[in-house]
Amino acid sequence: MTTASAHDPTTVPGATAVTGSTAPAARPRLRLATAWLAGCSGCHMSFLDLDELLFVLAERVELVYSPVASDIKTYPEAVDICLVEGAVANTANLELALQLRARTALVISFGDCAVTANVPALRNLLNRDGRGGAEAVLQRSYVDLADGSGRHPHAPGLVPELLDQVWPLHAVIPVDLYLPGCPPSAERIAATLLPLLDGQRPIQAGPAMLRFG
Amino acid sequence: MSRTVIIDPVTRIEGHAKISLHLDDGGRLMDARFHVVEYRGFEKFCEGHPFTEMAGITARICGICPVSHLLAAAKTGDKLLGITISPAAQKLRRLLNLAQICQSHALSFFHLSSPDFLLGWECEPARRNLFGLMAADPDLARAGIRLRQFGQQILELLGGRKIHSAWAVPGGVRSPLSDDAKAWILERLPEARATARLALERFKPLLDGPLQREQQVFGQFPSLFMGLVGPDGAWDCIDGQLRLIASDGTVLADHLEEDAYASFLAEAVEDWSYLKFPDYKPLGPAAGMYRVGPLARLNVCDRIGTPWADAELADLRARHGRVVTSSFAYHQARLVEIVACLEAIEQLVADPQLQERRVRVRGSLQCHSAVGVSEAPRGTLFHHYQVDDNGLITRVNLIIATGQNNLAMNRTVLQIAREVIPGPVAAGAEIPEALLNRVEAGIRCYDPCLSCSTHAAGQMPLRLQLVAADGQLLAERSRG
Repeated sequence: MTTASAHDPTTVPGATAVTGSTAPAARPRLRLATAWLAGCSGCHMSFLDLDELLFVLAERVELVYSPVASDIKTYPEAVDICLVEGAVANTANLELALQLRARTALVISFGDCAVTANVPALRNLLNRDGRGGAEAVLQRSYVDLADGSGRHPHAPGLVPELLDQVWPLHAVIPVDLYLPGCPPSAERIAATLLPLLDGQRPIQAGPAMLRFG
Repeated sequence: MSRTVIIDPVTRIEGHAKISLHLDDGGRLMDARFHVVEYRGFEKFCEGHPFTEMAGITARICGICPVSHLLAAAKTGDKLLGITISPAAQKLRRLLNLAQICQSHALSFFHLSSPDFLLGWECEPARRNLFGLMAADPDLARAGIRLRQFGQQILELLGGRKIHSAWAVPGGVRSPLSDDAKAWILERLPEARATARLALERFKPLLDGPLQREQQVFGQFPSLFMGLVGPDGAWDCIDGQLRLIASDGTVLADHLEEDAYASFLAEAVEDWSYLKFPDYKPLGPAAGMYRVGPLARLNVCDRIGTPWADAELADLRARHGRVVTSSFAYHQARLVEIVACLEAIEQLVADPQLQERRVRVRGSLQCHSAVGVSEAPRGTLFHHYQVDDNGLITRVNLIIATGQNNLAMNRTVLQIAREVIPGPVAAGAEIPEALLNRVEAGIRCYDPCLSCSTHAAGQMPLRLQLVAADGQLLAERSRG
């Protein structure tokens, strides 16, 4: 794997990014991250559905950042592969997307919300105010369906503002691989990740790999 | 009020939750808050869709407990159609919910929370996680992973997929229990029971020993508790009626009609969180703070109804009293509910009715407004739909389990912060990482599923800031 060349069309640049100079074995552990933006965490649950394959994964990767399996809070530098779940719906999502792109060799759009913006983008259809329905969804929940002050949450610097429109991940950063599904099954995740660990591009063909929903 | 909060607008964490601590002029802790910082807007963008699509859409609220939304949507649909579903369908839905609670609680205990207890509060953050547990105690980690798999696999055997199946529908369910599914469940049940026993055996000595202090300060306060109970007062997770009790055991309300939820639940809004703050309306936001979820369900029920689970319930009550008021006990409550689920699953799969073919009733729209309720792993979930003559949604209200714990979660954060910051904090003082972890663990007791109300879940990255009254940032710690 460490000898895979960037000129070889079957290899993936990110998969060879880490030299792992301290690793004793010939096969260094890749630095894997997972992140979630605006989604439901179902893709992460599907990742955990790898079940006992997680033990195999643990031998091959170092999970350096993950909302479900790491206490590391700041997205680290020099990440090899990142699975990004969710659409880009607010300022915090956007910040993280930009940050992880800058620090990651191979970014994977992980699941339908990242790939198409999916369910979170349903609010885009409410666009009547030039704000992609942001005002409309806030008004309904925090004013119409609340016993409150008639205001919606607004605390600059504390509560991220909704973006005017919900975007798929590739609309805000370059994406290297797409892994569709709502969520992608554990089998599909394994069929994507395992080749990458060997520096190979996964074969993405057929309904088992490419079906949405 | 002499406190100011300033948090950097560029959030560098993948955080959907924050905690802020507020100090007065003298550096003394004045307040602590739990902020949820994500919002998607389901209640609005569902409008215009047929109510029959609500299960498919609202399941996407949450990937951990999509079954809860599926069931609440199906039950609301039953009522819109004026349908009483078949006994077989009723039992199949129950099986689905039991399997979900089992997998979700296993996730909370083994994957997310147990690293705190088993690896220790002081364990380095890079290792204090599921993978750290897999390295330190592979047998236990594997058992926990396989217990979650047991629940997830039942969901797949029933609904065709582990996450976001569309199996429960208005009028019933799509298919009965197959012979293969029954055989698989029966084959794996003994292992699941052994894992539940192992978890209890590992956890209880910790409660008797190193975790005693946590039980006293992690959300130890009186509050109301709400959950479903069956007609005979036994533990229930889908077909019961709502009961609300006080922490002295007084039943404040019983057989509450979910349709009237707006008369007894209020939802307040604060500027500083996307998560609303429900309370029990007759008592208001202070006295009306209530908790839901596994601990609440065990507090409101008279008994569970199966032998091992009832013995474990007795153990929980022997430790804390009839009504358990420490939120740290949510962890033990989850283990008790896993036992309850396994026993109930065992009883259910033996029932030949689950293999009957009449599992779905068809109907047409009978009314324009209905409320459906189910017990999600994290507590009581309400779906309220209003529809037009064509069955298109005109109004949706969702009251989500985790939101109902919002007041209690905030109080818990403050209680733990007061415990670990007893004196004034000097400007620039370091906050020990162990504090961060304990404050975060206070939230983790509730196993919050912020995906549901907004978005985020599980082990949330946290950022703590100490802010002086003049707005000066005294100290800031990020995990990592």
